[in-house]
Amino acid sequence: MTISSAAVTALAGTVALALLPVVAPPYYVGLMIPFFGYAIALLGFNLLFGYTGLLSFGHAMFLGLGAYGAAVLSGIFGIKQFEVVLLAVIMTAALVAVPIAFLCARYVGIFFGMLTLAFGMLFYSFLFKFYHLTGGDSGMRVPRMNILGFAFERYNKIEFLAGPFYYYCLGLLVIAGLLMWRIVHSPFGLHLQTVRDNAHKAEYLGVHVRRFRLAAFVISAAFGAVGGAILGFRIGLADPELVYWTHSGQLVFMAVLGGFSNFFGPIVGALTYTLLQDQLQSLTEYWRSMLGMILALIVIGFPEGIAGLAADLPRRLAQRFV
Amino acid sequence: MSAFANILAGGVFHAAVLFLVAAGLQLVFGVQKIVNLACGSFYALGAYFGITFISYATQLGISPWLIFPGLIVSGILLGFIGPPIERLLRTVYGRDESFQLLLTFALVLIFQDVFKFFWGANPRSLDSAYLIYGTLNAGDFSLPVYNLLVILAAIAVAAGLGAFLQRTNYGRLLRATAENRGMAEALGVDVRRIYAAVFTLGAVLGTTAGALVVPTAAASLDMAIEFVIEAFAVVVIGGLGSMRGALFGALIVGLIRALSIVFFPEFEVLAIYVIVIGVLIFRPVGLFGKSLA
Repeated sequence: MTISSAAVTALAGTVALALLPVVAPPYYVGLMIPFFGYAIALLGFNLLFGYTGLLSFGHAMFLGLGAYGAAVLSGIFGIKQFEVVLLAVIMTAALVAVPIAFLCARYVGIFFGMLTLAFGMLFYSFLFKFYHLTGGDSGMRVPRMNILGFAFERYNKIEFLAGPFYYYCLGLLVIAGLLMWRIVHSPFGLHLQTVRDNAHKAEYLGVHVRRFRLAAFVISAAFGAVGGAILGFRIGLADPELVYWTHSGQLVFMAVLGGFSNFFGPIVGALTYTLLQDQLQSLTEYWRSMLGMILALIVIGFPEGIAGLAADLPRRLAQRFV
Repeated sequence: MSAFANILAGGVFHAAVLFLVAAGLQLVFGVQKIVNLACGSFYALGAYFGITFISYATQLGISPWLIFPGLIVSGILLGFIGPPIERLLRTVYGRDESFQLLLTFALVLIFQDVFKFFWGANPRSLDSAYLIYGTLNAGDFSLPVYNLLVILAAIAVAAGLGAFLQRTNYGRLLRATAENRGMAEALGVDVRRIYAAVFTLGAVLGTTAGALVVPTAAASLDMAIEFVIEAFAVVVIGGLGSMRGALFGALIVGLIRALSIVFFPEFEVLAIYVIVIGVLIFRPVGLFGKSLA
């Protein structure tokens, strides 16, 4: 994707999202908050999956870390500035990710997936079983926090989420997107893709393969923690389900749905999944199987995902009509 | 002392069931190189079906002696869902393993709603159906005969699978395909049929395990996703693709769970994953796996 076409796509998307609260009912505006959380987390996840070629099946662990971090910092230590909480969970996630990445980065493919899965389940069972520390299955409350130093007291929680917090999250997504764009287009990002495509050759050329995998893992963990903090803030609760392996599977689902080989794929995936799940849940109690069938369809028929299809559309049309 | 023996017996029973599911996972991974997340769903399918079977059987007044063989037969019959699912998986055989994993994840999601549709969202259980054959008592030690039968059945399956894989011609074909698919194909092995057979056998092991466990435990919507992760731990500890690994891995996980529930309930699940991580780090091929090189 060229810089100009990507910039046009990103600008159009940002403008559309910025105008949404004006035209859409508050319910859908509120629904966008988890989208922002997932989109930011998936930008990071895709650095690992799409660009480095490592499929983590335990990435929800870092979303959980973000949500529980927010719960501990604001609920127990009384920190009311969301920015401080974000910085703290980013650093915590990165610190936690270093030893895990150090152990996982030796492996690729299914072994990497299983090792991350095991770490995720380890964290899950800690959250689930150590009731006096983590609240067990009832989780921990995430109180309302100030953003940019303002409390926005005249707004109730729903108005706050659909108003100031919406734009705040949009801003975070834009920052995260720009940052990730810089990362994947830097020499560092190119190194990651080399490692993905041919680790042996990369090693031969003098690339420290493990070090690059480790760095990608740590960055993706930090993005995940931001996403998790947003999710926790919105529900007002951090619970162990956030860390369960099926939630990690859901993250992979979103990335594949959007298309992991496209920069915007994860964002498209997060948006589609959030809207799809909401619509299916209101339609039928069997929404899970609907999602399952959609996932099967994508995996079998459209492995490029939605963004891949969209990017491919002009070429296909040209083939047909020219 | 006998209290300890009771705990151990509980652990061995759990290990027996785990072994059956893990053996299915191992077979499919060993031959087809697919990590089948849906094997937990096969297990749950067997369990739900077992509930239905036993409630009909008691309504019709069928002799309780037919319950155990009946459960095994229903588990085997459920294996017929194997071939169509294998047909679906065939579409992604040539693809990256992450796609194969995701397709089985899609199956997990679909199966959950199938259970909900037919059996409802609430857990279903049978009142102490495991006592139908009475219990063995020795002092304070007691073991329901039913549990003993399940343990014996698992041992029989382990022995049978071992003999099948090592001594029969078809078993050799399976192992040859697992070792080197291209070479087996070049020598005239019909790999497509082997794949269908292996997947079906894996499914049968899962459904039978589920059917056998149901007199002792409830069938619930979460059991599929909970059990597959435990079976995963078993195969990682034992070594991916190794049958002996499945056996010992199941024993390790079953006994650790039984012991920690009594002595350190907070570490029940934690202990298993600590071992999994330890094994993956220090011996990534598992205790009985072949070296990767």
